[in-house]
Amino acid sequence: MPIAAKFEIEYLQYLDPEGKQVRKDLPDFARDIDQLVELYKLMVSTRVFDTKSIALQRTGKLGTYASCLGHEATHVGIGSALKPEDVLAPSYREYGAQLYRGVRPRDVYMYWGGDERGNDFQNEPAKHDFAWSVPIGTQCLHAAGSALAFKIRREKRVAVCTIGDGGSSKADFYGAINVAGARDLPLVAAIVNNQWAISVPRKIQSGARTLAQKGIAAGLYCIQVDGNDIIAVKKAMTDAVERARAGQGGSVVECVTYRLGDHTTADDARRYRGKEEVEDAWTKDPVKRLRTWLESKKAWNKKKEDKLQAECDDWMDNEVNAYLETKAQPVTAIFDYTFAELPADLLKQRDEAMALEKGAH
Amino acid sequence: MAAITLIEGVTQALAYEMKHDPSVVVLGEDVGVNGGVFRATQGLSDKFGEWRVFDTPLDETTIAGLTVGLAAQGMKPIAEAQFEGFIYPMMEQICCHAARMRNRTRGRITCPAVFRAPWGGGIHAPEHHSEANEHLFTNVPGLRVVLPSSPARAYGLLLAAIRDPDPVVFFEPKRIYRQYKEEVPDDGEALPLDVCFVLRDGTDITLVTWGAQVKECLEAADALAHEGISAEVIDVATLTPLDFDTIAESVQKTGRCVIVQEAPKTAGFGAEIAARIAEECIYDLLAPVARVSGWDVHTPLYRLEMKQLPSTARIVDAAKRTLAAG
Repeated sequence: MPIAAKFEIEYLQYLDPEGKQVRKDLPDFARDIDQLVELYKLMVSTRVFDTKSIALQRTGKLGTYASCLGHEATHVGIGSALKPEDVLAPSYREYGAQLYRGVRPRDVYMYWGGDERGNDFQNEPAKHDFAWSVPIGTQCLHAAGSALAFKIRREKRVAVCTIGDGGSSKADFYGAINVAGARDLPLVAAIVNNQWAISVPRKIQSGARTLAQKGIAAGLYCIQVDGNDIIAVKKAMTDAVERARAGQGGSVVECVTYRLGDHTTADDARRYRGKEEVEDAWTKDPVKRLRTWLESKKAWNKKKEDKLQAECDDWMDNEVNAYLETKAQPVTAIFDYTFAELPADLLKQRDEAMALEKGAH
Repeated sequence: MAAITLIEGVTQALAYEMKHDPSVVVLGEDVGVNGGVFRATQGLSDKFGEWRVFDTPLDETTIAGLTVGLAAQGMKPIAEAQFEGFIYPMMEQICCHAARMRNRTRGRITCPAVFRAPWGGGIHAPEHHSEANEHLFTNVPGLRVVLPSSPARAYGLLLAAIRDPDPVVFFEPKRIYRQYKEEVPDDGEALPLDVCFVLRDGTDITLVTWGAQVKECLEAADALAHEGISAEVIDVATLTPLDFDTIAESVQKTGRCVIVQEAPKTAGFGAEIAARIAEECIYDLLAPVARVSGWDVHTPLYRLEMKQLPSTARIVDAAKRTLAAG
């Protein structure tokens, strides 16, 4: 019978779980060992930040928090593939990508600590990235809409969204990749497949052998990478982003990783997954993997590691203090950003709320 | 200057603003070559090209999400839901993102978008093509909900909606899309989004309405006039934020009010107006406030559709009963 269409999904990995290089054709950036050391430092910073966040939550100083433990290679790899003028539309866990783009740990603490100012990113280039998007998958279409704006205005910019394995089940994800394929929009959808959508495992999200292949149906380039190997993530993402920038089409990049922590601090993953599975996942730890490789290249050692840990601790202490020292906004702040200019009725309600504050009622 | 219909007022506003502001884009299903199923975007694709008059894949979620993304990048997107009954997949993007973006980011990212949809019943259309669901949006903070009821107001209010720095849900009463023509100068003059329009002065009773029901209320006022009753007719036009002052002023003058809405009665927008009258004007009332509305039922298929829409006779009857009560 004639074949109407045929496809295959490539799998990319440079470093195996033991930190051994499995391909000789390292990408250019990975031949520059200093670059990889910088990426490693951010992965470690991200982990120290995450540990600190959980400690803050456990001691009542932070609200519910979604940990990124185990995603460091995927997140930092994604963040480092974008150019400053590109736009990132994250879900709510991709701190490594965001820190790379200038989001400060204190911003993250502020957001999960119940203060909208956490979303008011101050630093370039994060300043023009989207805020955290809690409704699953919805950010994919914000990226697609951004990509459409770039295309209409003939700007050489790319929009990147991140989405979980669970999120890739949502209509918004399919809608985004579909329109990107139909209209050749400069969109890259990075699926962070961490195997678990709260308690629901990857295998019952989709019957597809890979999540990457969802992009085939949309007419996009697709690849699956070892999401715990930052060289693979950065290489695949950079290729995808630059292809989109050159007007050669969007991509779906599936980063296969593992959520080593709970879904959020309000979750207890022991309820739905076994200890062995998590122990096995720890053997693929992305941070340890890159460190082992850097050590094998004589680019890293214990002394440097200790110094980095101390620097990260100082940084986080400073960020935590900045967060804890920030006073809550005045009650008027709940009104002031509802519209550009507050309607008369809302101004009256604002006055009422202010009067309550002053004890006038 | 040619006289135009309400839907031509929509087209004229879109064309004017697209010509004068390159950041304005239109997107939706069939908005391009076909000019929209009601022809609201007729001719725009020829004038402004397929990227500014953008035919989307057939997915309302996609239309709404793209709109949020475009707006976040400084465009002024005007999304079309083909019918109000198909707006439900758009609601997550409208309510969770368009309406919240400014607040979420403390003003860093905004959403100056318009979500247009033909609205309401009375055109013998299939199921899901004849809903009155504006009240689902009037309870969402950060949104403006606008319903024009004449060619001039369609033109002026749509211009205002496009220029507004925040998201606007713009429902166009399709039953009166081509009801009559009037001269509407294409001068780019917007109408204010924070006022109700007093369409007819009166002293005995206030009829408050919006959308296609403006037609029935004006007819009812004529009928009442024949019986010596002077009815004031207010077109709310912008439901939220509500200009209650104009309604209050009228009710203080007449002491009587009938609220007319096409949507089901319970928790419709008329309930909000009635509550505001109770809160702020109750001592001005000579008789209880009355509501004439759709029943609390699904819009019937078209054989019985007109049983759901408030008729002129029901409005006249409610007005007379109100007058009889005090």
